[in-house]
Amino acid sequence: MSRFDKAFGKGRAALVCFVTAGDGDTAAVLEALVEGGADVIELGMPFTDPMADGPAIQLANLRALGKGTTTADIFAIATAFRARHPQVPLVLMGYANPMIRRGADWFADQCKAAGVDGVICVDTPPEEDAELGPALRGAGVATIRLATPTTDAARLPTVLETATGFLYYVSVAGITGLQQASTDTIDQAVAQLKSATDLPVAVGFGVRTPEQAGAIARVADGVVVGSALVELVGKYGDNAPAKVRELTAALAQAVHTARENA
Amino acid sequence: MNDAPAPNSFRNQPDERGHFGQFGGRYVSETLMPLILALEKEYTAAKSDPAFAEQFEDLLEHYVGRPSPLYYAERLTEELRKDAPEGMGAQVWFKRDELNHTGAHKINNCVGQILLAMRMGKTRIIAETGAGQHGVATATVAARFGLPCVVYMGAKDVERQQPNVFRMKLLGAEVIPVKAGAATLKDAMNEALRDWVANVHDTFYIIGTAAGPHPYPELVRDFQSVIGREAREQMLARTGRLPDLLVAAIGGGSNAIGLFHPFLDDPSVKMLGVEAAGHGLDKEHAASLAGGSPGILHGNKTYLLQDDDGQILEGHSISAGLDYPGIGPEHSWLKESGRVDYTYATDKEALDAFQLLCRTEGIIPALEPSHAVAAVVKVAREMPRDAIICANMCGRGDKDIFTVAAALGVEL
Ligand SMILES: Cc1ncc(COP(=O)(O)O)c(C=O)c1O
Repeated sequence: MSRFDKAFGKGRAALVCFVTAGDGDTAAVLEALVEGGADVIELGMPFTDPMADGPAIQLANLRALGKGTTTADIFAIATAFRARHPQVPLVLMGYANPMIRRGADWFADQCKAAGVDGVICVDTPPEEDAELGPALRGAGVATIRLATPTTDAARLPTVLETATGFLYYVSVAGITGLQQASTDTIDQAVAQLKSATDLPVAVGFGVRTPEQAGAIARVADGVVVGSALVELVGKYGDNAPAKVRELTAALAQAVHTARENA
Repeated sequence: MNDAPAPNSFRNQPDERGHFGQFGGRYVSETLMPLILALEKEYTAAKSDPAFAEQFEDLLEHYVGRPSPLYYAERLTEELRKDAPEGMGAQVWFKRDELNHTGAHKINNCVGQILLAMRMGKTRIIAETGAGQHGVATATVAARFGLPCVVYMGAKDVERQQPNVFRMKLLGAEVIPVKAGAATLKDAMNEALRDWVANVHDTFYIIGTAAGPHPYPELVRDFQSVIGREAREQMLARTGRLPDLLVAAIGGGSNAIGLFHPFLDDPSVKMLGVEAAGHGLDKEHAASLAGGSPGILHGNKTYLLQDDDGQILEGHSISAGLDYPGIGPEHSWLKESGRVDYTYATDKEALDAFQLLCRTEGIIPALEPSHAVAAVVKVAREMPRDAIICANMCGRGDKDIFTVAAALGVEL
């Protein structure tokens, strides 16, 4: 059983938490996420040109790069995390260029060695799967695909064809961190996706509060929270881990109990 | 690479997936992917629709002012012959796209794309701009077709291109300064992509150069190829033969590919693309082919300025229109296939060429084609007197007089 299967197979929704690698004291922030009750960690790989991200994550990218965060640093963070937490799934999320810079095989090997379970490459759609997909899957690293409100029924099979690990439903057509879609639309979309795949379906983009997270957790297998956590890291500096733990615990409580209360 | 067998034609790229050899492609987020596919479908339909071609050509003739002249620059030619070796000093001709409405080649592409936007029923136009020429051209066609228009422009470029900012506003566009990153063209493009992702239902993104996700590099090339088609015909009509060398400046590469593409299968015609070497290739520059390596940015795989970790570096050029750390994917392919040669010119060489052209021909060029002129100055002296160079005068210099004055230490 993969770490994903376990994390999504607990009979309740999983909380997926995103932070940017190299922003603040990442090791301490990751500890806070796990202590708070995160089930899956998404570690953002900072990039100079984060085209799909809103202001909060853009700034986190700049802070991380401003401190000189390198690809080697990111894998060191991942390796240390895996040593401390053998069971918590770890996903790298980022843009194609830093991932392919030294070759797809190099990147896949590094992921495998660091204990990374999956990769979300924002700007590589299934049409360009050859770039990274075969190398990652060959190394036993999942290629997590995004489905969006613009992914219609005709296109969904193309997306699912190379999707492994879990499916990430981006609930708004837009960038990270801004508005949220209505619960009704999300319910409908998740139902549609779940009828088309056996992969767990996690929903993200614009989810900030325990209330929103809980509402989504009634229907989805996972709820992704990013910008709200990243903002805390940006705002509280050395005190960020405590704040992150607090928000994560509230989110986890809402997500983990959503179906009992439904 | 250079020793691979030459393809039967250099004019049948990209493949059906938008790849030019290993370059190009569609590296966009899933949200944009369905829209990119819809655009490709629409463009394929438009290409075989005579009504589309008719409308495009009509606007180019009566609105843009095409065909643009092909001009023999006799005094420049003579000037360059003065210190050329015996029997050397090629004839220099200019394709005068600076005489187009709005003052640059950019409008050719904008006319084509706004017609596509109308066909697709889109009701809002967005664009990125560096020098402001593409922004002005986009604002112009948006006004002409009555669509609201938002132009993203790096905050630093807003500062150094005030006249064009005011032009866009006069034309009814909203200009949004982008403060992220280095606040230049690359950041403006990021912001335009973010707008597009959030407004896919009604918005058409008019990309300003032959780059971005497929089908943009192809369709921008096709719309700009009017430059090369005209030049080919005009040259044959005026001299009875094809030019020996084509020269064009390269930012993203749209004016260059527009001039080159119709000649790619004429083996006797050599081609030279000129990148911006800024302060020099060992310092800050914007020469992606000369000083970069293949990577993925803004929807396509191509040569980029980047560090060892794949972080994108800032370009620098005195010309805001060349200040981009990437290049259109077809140029990356043409470089690797060996069909086109690429060189570079520094800020200083471009400034010298700018002044030379002002004084010898009474033409104030934009700083972008001044880079092409700088390359012409070097190569004309090494070519025989009966050789013909055709360079793309892709923009006029009105927008640049403040930058040039500052560089020359003149206070206006
Ligand atoms: C006059 C002119 N020439 C050239 C360029 C560079 O673009 P491209 O390489 O796509 O022709 C620009 C861009 O703003 C421009 O304004």
